Amino acid sequence: MTPSETRERQLERVMSRYHYSGSALIEVLHAAQQLYGYLGKPLLNTIAHKLRLPPSKVLGVATFYHLFRFTPPHEHTAVVCLGTACYAAGGTELMSVLERRCNAREWSINAGRCVGSCGLAPVVICDGQALARVTPAELEKQIGDTPSA
Amino acid sequence: MTGEILSVLRNAEQKRQAALEDRILCCTVAGCLSGGAERVRGSIHKEIEARGRSGKVEVCGTGCLGLCSQGPLVRSSAADAVFTNVTPEDAAGLVSGDLSKLEDRALRAGHPFYAGQKRIILANSGRVDPERFSDYVAMGGYESLLRAATEMAPEEIIGEVKKSRLRGRGGAGYPAGLKWELVARQPSPTKYVVCNADEGDPGAFMNRSVLEGDPHRVLEGMAIAGRAVGAQQGYIYARGESPLAIARLRTALEQAQREGLLGGRMFDSNYQFRIDLRIGAGAYVCGEETALLASIEGKRGQPVPRPPYPPESGLWGNPTLINNVETFANIPTILEMGGEAFASIGARNSPGTKIFALAGRVVRAGLVEVPIGTSLRTILYELGGGVPPGYEFKAAQTGGPAGGCIPSQYLDLPMDYDSLTSIGTMMGSGGLIVLDTSSCMVDLARFFMEFCMDESCGKCIPCRAGTVQMHDILSRMTRGEGVEGDFAMLEQLCGLLTETSLCGLGLAAPNPVISTLRHFRREYEAHVRERRCPAGHCDIPARIQEAAEAIA
Repeated sequence: MTPSETRERQLERVMSRYHYSGSALIEVLHAAQQLYGYLGKPLLNTIAHKLRLPPSKVLGVATFYHLFRFTPPHEHTAVVCLGTACYAAGGTELMSVLERRCNAREWSINAGRCVGSCGLAPVVICDGQALARVTPAELEKQIGDTPSA
Repeated sequence: MTGEILSVLRNAEQKRQAALEDRILCCTVAGCLSGGAERVRGSIHKEIEARGRSGKVEVCGTGCLGLCSQGPLVRSSAADAVFTNVTPEDAAGLVSGDLSKLEDRALRAGHPFYAGQKRIILANSGRVDPERFSDYVAMGGYESLLRAATEMAPEEIIGEVKKSRLRGRGGAGYPAGLKWELVARQPSPTKYVVCNADEGDPGAFMNRSVLEGDPHRVLEGMAIAGRAVGAQQGYIYARGESPLAIARLRTALEQAQREGLLGGRMFDSNYQFRIDLRIGAGAYVCGEETALLASIEGKRGQPVPRPPYPPESGLWGNPTLINNVETFANIPTILEMGGEAFASIGARNSPGTKIFALAGRVVRAGLVEVPIGTSLRTILYELGGGVPPGYEFKAAQTGGPAGGCIPSQYLDLPMDYDSLTSIGTMMGSGGLIVLDTSSCMVDLARFFMEFCMDESCGKCIPCRAGTVQMHDILSRMTRGEGVEGDFAMLEQLCGLLTETSLCGLGLAAPNPVISTLRHFRREYEAHVRERRCPAGHCDIPARIQEAAEAIA
């Protein structure tokens, strides 16, 4: 893929790689979300049309899975792992720190289902950077240091 | 690719590696990456250049070295040791061979963490660069596939798998050989092989580590399975939340295709097998086989009633063999050592090894591979170094949201499928979380019920409504608002879900409750009758506690 290619063209290429087959719907949704950041209604309709699927089916599949987003992402994201090890190590406390401290217009705060770094519990992923064995105080500092828009 | 080319490639790579003075392998998977493993690798690389040692010393990434809690981990071939907590400043010592500053952080073969392990599935993990095809070949990779494609008849391959008595590592423990035979017997010309890599249990990261550390092993296992059952197409259904595993799989798939092992005539035989990758999108229920197949078909991941089972009617109605990552990863070794030899490892009715993800309140957390039947005491106290000072062991949680707890009186129980089931828990996929006395078992049951409630697909009523009701009761208990009738209601709901749910998610959702009620009933009673949390974990308001005391 070249950067000059429009997003539409890139998505078209993905769909044609799967021969516009309805069974590739989830793969196409992944690609669309990667290109556009989220799955807006017009985008879902376009996909439905191209893959010859009813729009209701496309929406039904997209909303079934947790990883698909339907609104634009915020500037910053924080994922608190709430897998068993992180939960037992105080993950919920970290969650409440984030909820208290973060501006809801700038931050998307999510609970994650085990990020698989159980040996480093509790884990928070701030803007893609994993913070291992993080304490509430360290997390507060990290958020304070993140520049806002 | 032919057998001759494979052996030329193997010899050349072995020779190249033997000529090196040292090969430094940096663990570059999840845990160590977040600890700064890339910076460590970068500084070792710079150090090699600066000292003019390129060509003599090599640095590369590798899969999980096991001791995730003390990362970043680095392995030096010359020193034959793994070093813990490595920082970029340690690069000079590693490259020059002056290990004086590293000696107290060295783990050698006799270290208790490694002494109790038997690494079959993880044999290459931490010893090969997962992004290099020739590394896998140098370890004898694709030799088993060569034999399967050119020397062995499909029945012989299935015969070996049956002799090995390998049981599926996904959790249920169904004999793999029987499943293979069932698929092979179907007359349909179109068949599929599917690898379930949708590892969603919280506290389980074994499959992900195998994919990140040794992806070719899984591809080889699948291709052998394809040959044995007569399938031409395979799918790997990987978890969307594991981007590194997906990237490594993609690389490995491209390499295997370029070398003509997948997608073309394998070793000049008439047999062809192709593997495509499908990425999940965050639905725990897709670990259930029929839901997983629906998801590959591009539908909502909702299970359908069985029978018919996938070996008879699976993907697009065709016979489909579904096995888990670890199951496929065992196959190349089974063909290499022979089914009978494999069957002599581990427990009598569940041979082989199992990877456990050891985490929680334990000194050395990480991935361990042990013969099945090793006791929890050995895993926890010898490999894991026990519970840290100042804490007391309470229970180990196995099997994630579908499993249960092992309290201290069962520490010596062998960890095999049947023994674990006998005390009301299960092997599951291999998560093993150590809990100390500050963990509340009622809250733990609530935590898992919340998970199942969120992840219920909503198709069948017992699971959709039952998990909500059970979560409601457990939440009330943890707030000190439980009532006496809750016990009977909880037990009734447990029975209802276990008997009437459509798929494994609903059937197993009550397990954490049943298990904690069985082993820790006193704690439930304290919450309900005395309005207090013995572990001091639950936030029971003072007014409720005072009221309870006044009544008493």
